[in-house]
Amino acid sequence: MAKGTFLSDDFLRQLTAVGEVDILVGVPTSNNRKTIEHVVSAIQIGLVKYFSRARTVLINPDAGSRDGTSELLRNASLPDFRTALATPPLRTMHTVTTRYHSSLGPGGALRLILAAADLLRAKACAIVSPDLISITPEWVDALIRPIYHEGYDYLAPIYQRQKFDGLLIKNILSPLISAVYGYRIEEPVGGEFGLSGNLACDLLGQDLWHEDFIRYGAPVWMTATALSGNYRLCQSFLGPKIQSSNQVEVGLADTIQRVVGALFRSLEMHEPQWISRNGSQTVPTFGFQSELDLGPLRVNRKKMCDMFRTGVAELFSILGKILSPATLASIQQVAQSDESCCHFTDELWVKTVYEFAIAYHHSVMNRDHLLQALTPIYRGRISSYLLENHGASFQELKARIESLRVRYENLKPYFITGWRAKA
Amino acid sequence: MENILVNSLTTTLQNLSGMIAHFLPRLIAMIAIIVIGGIIAWILKVIVRRFLWFVKFNQICEATGFTQMLAKAALPSPTELLSRLVFWVVWVSFLLFGFNALEIAPLQEEISRFFLFLPQIFVAIVILFVGVLAANFFGRATLLTAVNTNWPSPRLLSSIVRFLIITLAVTMALERIGLGRGVVEIAFSIAFGAVMLGLALAFGLGGRDVARKLLERHFLENEEKEDDQDGGISHL
Repeated sequence: MAKGTFLSDDFLRQLTAVGEVDILVGVPTSNNRKTIEHVVSAIQIGLVKYFSRARTVLINPDAGSRDGTSELLRNASLPDFRTALATPPLRTMHTVTTRYHSSLGPGGALRLILAAADLLRAKACAIVSPDLISITPEWVDALIRPIYHEGYDYLAPIYQRQKFDGLLIKNILSPLISAVYGYRIEEPVGGEFGLSGNLACDLLGQDLWHEDFIRYGAPVWMTATALSGNYRLCQSFLGPKIQSSNQVEVGLADTIQRVVGALFRSLEMHEPQWISRNGSQTVPTFGFQSELDLGPLRVNRKKMCDMFRTGVAELFSILGKILSPATLASIQQVAQSDESCCHFTDELWVKTVYEFAIAYHHSVMNRDHLLQALTPIYRGRISSYLLENHGASFQELKARIESLRVRYENLKPYFITGWRAKA
Repeated sequence: MENILVNSLTTTLQNLSGMIAHFLPRLIAMIAIIVIGGIIAWILKVIVRRFLWFVKFNQICEATGFTQMLAKAALPSPTELLSRLVFWVVWVSFLLFGFNALEIAPLQEEISRFFLFLPQIFVAIVILFVGVLAANFFGRATLLTAVNTNWPSPRLLSSIVRFLIITLAVTMALERIGLGRGVVEIAFSIAFGAVMLGLALAFGLGGRDVARKLLERHFLENEEKEDDQDGGISHL
């Protein structure tokens, strides 16, 4: 098996010492000293509290942290938080740490976790971000129970979000995935998710770990793969997601390039599975979903709008190769309109996203350049979205997001026609 | 007198016929080489065209912007251009082989000199080709990055990058074929220096405000976080 070639001897030795497990929790780290103790404590309490009879292991691939993250994680032990538990743990909780090269990105860490799940024959796995402040032991239950006890293969998270949080997910990822793959997943790129041992093995066996997009786009690809196959899917409500602000911020253009690029690449790989699917279906959702306004958000909408206008003017020739003349003309019209009237309709936005996916598929230009060209248009859309939904309640916003999803679904034939055009 | 004339005419005719007898096979060989070379060149052209079509060379060039550049210069598609190039290179080579078969000493010397020079021309063409591709790629990358990071004058920056790379490629290509070695080097240094000086002056004198804004944005980034282009929005 190919996995033997990328696992270090030390890692294999540690896994062999663990033996078989029921539950595996993966926490990939990279200089997360500030939050790692809290995250590991929450995971360990969660495992003991909710899965006290299960054999468990915590796998930590570390990208060469220099702040002692791995040491902190290794030294975190149960007696430190015994007061939080009603009963003492019944089984030894194993912790395995290993290093991977940071150039492999989060995809490299996920591959190690999947390999460990395969070797340890884990029944249920959960991936947890190392920089969470809001994680509680209940997250472990929410992420693992549906897979371990209910037999689901893939679990996507649902977070309690601020009204204008996760706009890339709401405007592209979630509705596009729902329309194309036929399953309504709210958070297809959450940092936390669960998967069964079977799905972990299947993902590990895929022959694309060498591809560049996997480095940063692995979570999107994993979600898309789960949606494209015959796997049982579900969602679970986790609560508010608050992360440490200590992390290196990735620019919008890079985020789009990584995440949207991974989705477009996944669409290519899964074409035989989604091309004949019609409509979309909901997936079971676990947990109690609540809504809470987490405070106002200060956004410089004018600047976003200006950047959209500049982008459309400067990148006109590039956009001309990606978009149809009608779509480009409409975008130009939006860009030339008065700021207060800047209105990017759902239909125009959906067509734009579909045409970008089509252009990506047909490789009309360097794919990284193509994805970068989407950034200014996305800013225009967000600017319009913020303006239109400024005073909207949660329910109204939900209805608008739903209407956008329906628009994506209605325009799927348009997408398929373009997708097949040059094939 | 009559005998002398007859003898001289006979000698001349004999010499001429000897020369013709000596030259004619070479001439025939030359024509044969040229004709066969033409056929081989044509076959190679067809093979190359089919191969490039099979590997979708036109689409690859389209993605890099090379096709558009050729179209602007009223040149055929990259596949057609490359297959024609193969045809002409092969046929001209056979043509020169053919002339070589005539065994005319001065001509042979020139031909051998040309053949020695041929690889340099090839390398120069490859350098130019790669240079144009690199210029378009990095020019576009600069334009996109400048637009996405809100830098002033993105198109100007992109044009400068493109110009510098093409200038560098042309300089390298000319140097490869040995054309004005020193002159090219000096010209490039002067051009590059002039561009840099121009930029420095433009930025220092004409663009003081822009420079101030850029520096402010760079150093006060953390203080004005909420006022940057995306505010406090989390896209994921």
